[in-house]
Amino acid sequence: MSLTLATDVLVIGGGLAGTWAAIAAAREGAEVVLADKGYCGTSGVTATAGPGHWWVPPEAREAAVADRLTRSLGLGDPDWMRRILDLTWISLPTLRGYYDFSTDDQGQPFYRGLRGPEYMRAMRKLALDQGVRILDHHPALELLRHGDGSIAGAAGLALRGERPWTIRAGAVVLATGGCAFASRLLGSATNTGDGLLMGVEAGADLSGMEFSNYYTPAMAGTNMARSMAYSFARWFDADDRELDIPPGPDVTPNLARALLLGPLYCRLDRVPEDIRRVMPQVQPNFVLPFARWGVDAYRDRFEVTLHPEGTVRGIGGLRVVDEACQTQVPGLFAVGDAASRELVTGAISGGGAVNSSWALSSGQWAGAGAARLARGQGARAEDLAVATGRAGLRPHRAARPVDVRAAVQTVRDELNAYDLNIFRRGPALVRSAERLDDVWTDLAAHARGEGRASLRAREAAALVAAGRWSKASALARRESRGMHRREDAPGLDPRFASRQRAAGLDRVWTAFEPVAAQAEVA
Amino acid sequence: MIEVVIEDRCTGCGDCVEACPSDVLALGPEGKAIIARQDDCQTCLLCELYCPADALFVWPDCEAPAGITADQALASGQLGAFRRDSGWGEHVGTFTNQHWRMGSIFERARLAAIKHAAITKTEETKP
Repeated sequence: MSLTLATDVLVIGGGLAGTWAAIAAAREGAEVVLADKGYCGTSGVTATAGPGHWWVPPEAREAAVADRLTRSLGLGDPDWMRRILDLTWISLPTLRGYYDFSTDDQGQPFYRGLRGPEYMRAMRKLALDQGVRILDHHPALELLRHGDGSIAGAAGLALRGERPWTIRAGAVVLATGGCAFASRLLGSATNTGDGLLMGVEAGADLSGMEFSNYYTPAMAGTNMARSMAYSFARWFDADDRELDIPPGPDVTPNLARALLLGPLYCRLDRVPEDIRRVMPQVQPNFVLPFARWGVDAYRDRFEVTLHPEGTVRGIGGLRVVDEACQTQVPGLFAVGDAASRELVTGAISGGGAVNSSWALSSGQWAGAGAARLARGQGARAEDLAVATGRAGLRPHRAARPVDVRAAVQTVRDELNAYDLNIFRRGPALVRSAERLDDVWTDLAAHARGEGRASLRAREAAALVAAGRWSKASALARRESRGMHRREDAPGLDPRFASRQRAAGLDRVWTAFEPVAAQAEVA
Repeated sequence: MIEVVIEDRCTGCGDCVEACPSDVLALGPEGKAIIARQDDCQTCLLCELYCPADALFVWPDCEAPAGITADQALASGQLGAFRRDSGWGEHVGTFTNQHWRMGSIFERARLAAIKHAAITKTEETKP
């Protein structure tokens, strides 16, 4: 028995951006369904984190934009920066009554940072109160398209009972998060790039996929990539010699170089006593692995690793073409980490703060835009709709078993390794791309699963696709800019001072935007 | 990864089954939570947070199961620690959310790094 629905707006993904989108669409009077792969409230990387936001009082904004624009290295857009600063400032106080905001030492409400589990719990409740229908454990597998190319809805799988679902919608918002390339990054297991693949299959394109190599330290063997305490860290090699790695933007390459030589250790003995005492109530999850493993985090030396974040704290994603964050496919919107954040971050990471403001803002713009579009034309549920899903879903040759785990492992090998992804070189990028092409060819030709296995096959296809777009983009950007570091092309090259698009399935393509279009910010 | 459900504590409310973002848990034939797909666990710990009975135990190793037993989990003193520190449920008044201190903690780290860099530099220039 399958589930079939028609609605004004379908939001795919119930993390930070998806919930803001659903709420904004509902406030516009639209009927809204939110389908989450997991559980709206715990899904995605916000729920395990503690996002700050880009929170700047009006009088300080021009200076903040000017600073960020300089650091965006030619790829940012000041108007989009102003827009997210403005909407963040207006939006967070509206969560009063849903999130228990603390007061700071001056007795002022503290709005800029919210703890992840409580933030997402609040967003779920607010969405429900606005009349959003939430379908948990309902991963989307593909988009549906009208004959005229506009988006008609989506189809997927209800995990309980493994039943298919089809939802016709007047507009669809992709809020599927970034792609963490199957790393062990905390909270990212469901962030397999599904929305990137679905979007490209439906006709959208991507931007900034070369900026996909942000890494975060964690105790080895754990996924606990909470970075705050590590800002006090001292680093040591296997012989317990302290390494000269000062905090700052180069800490990741320095740690990666050390890890390529051997085990890397950390001491957090410089964390002040008063901070140690309060840490369990600041970041309750940070202290748990230490407590359970019997490690005194502030006295013992412990081994660390670097977890790849891919495009999560990286930058690339679906390219938006208007102020409502619509992609070039009519009726398809992209928000949060599923969209490229170059407009507001440029070539450097948006970390927690700018990315959270982007999620909050892009979500609301897309939600409102999708609602207006859908209410104008309705769900068009009687119109013919064509399914767009291919690799992992509809093989173009005979279906036969494909080793999906091995495909995912190839993505890990090629996209996570420090020497391949942090320190990039042309020949290695070519080899990675070829290896991923081979895996893609096999998946696209033969992979098909039933029930949960269909979800795993689609996730593998999305991971491989995202990996291919990332490698192709990194290869074409033959310079070093922001987090994209080419060992064989150090330094900025003014010829590449523009954003780069990518798409393509069986054949991947990339193209730089004309520099002139961004001349004023370059 | 999720290691064990303490059967004596589990009330069968199903909250953890709903809340798991990776759909690892299910309600078993006895009406209690069971670990149905341990391989899919991503060690996010959120099932512990959503369990009002403190009946679930996650071990920090995110690569492979560790084989922790119910007795070991009970002896660890860690059952319910995440929910307690987060101030959920009955802990709401006693374990307040101190997340707002994050900004000042990062700032103190930045200032401490400047201070330590200055000390190191001074020592290096000593004859």
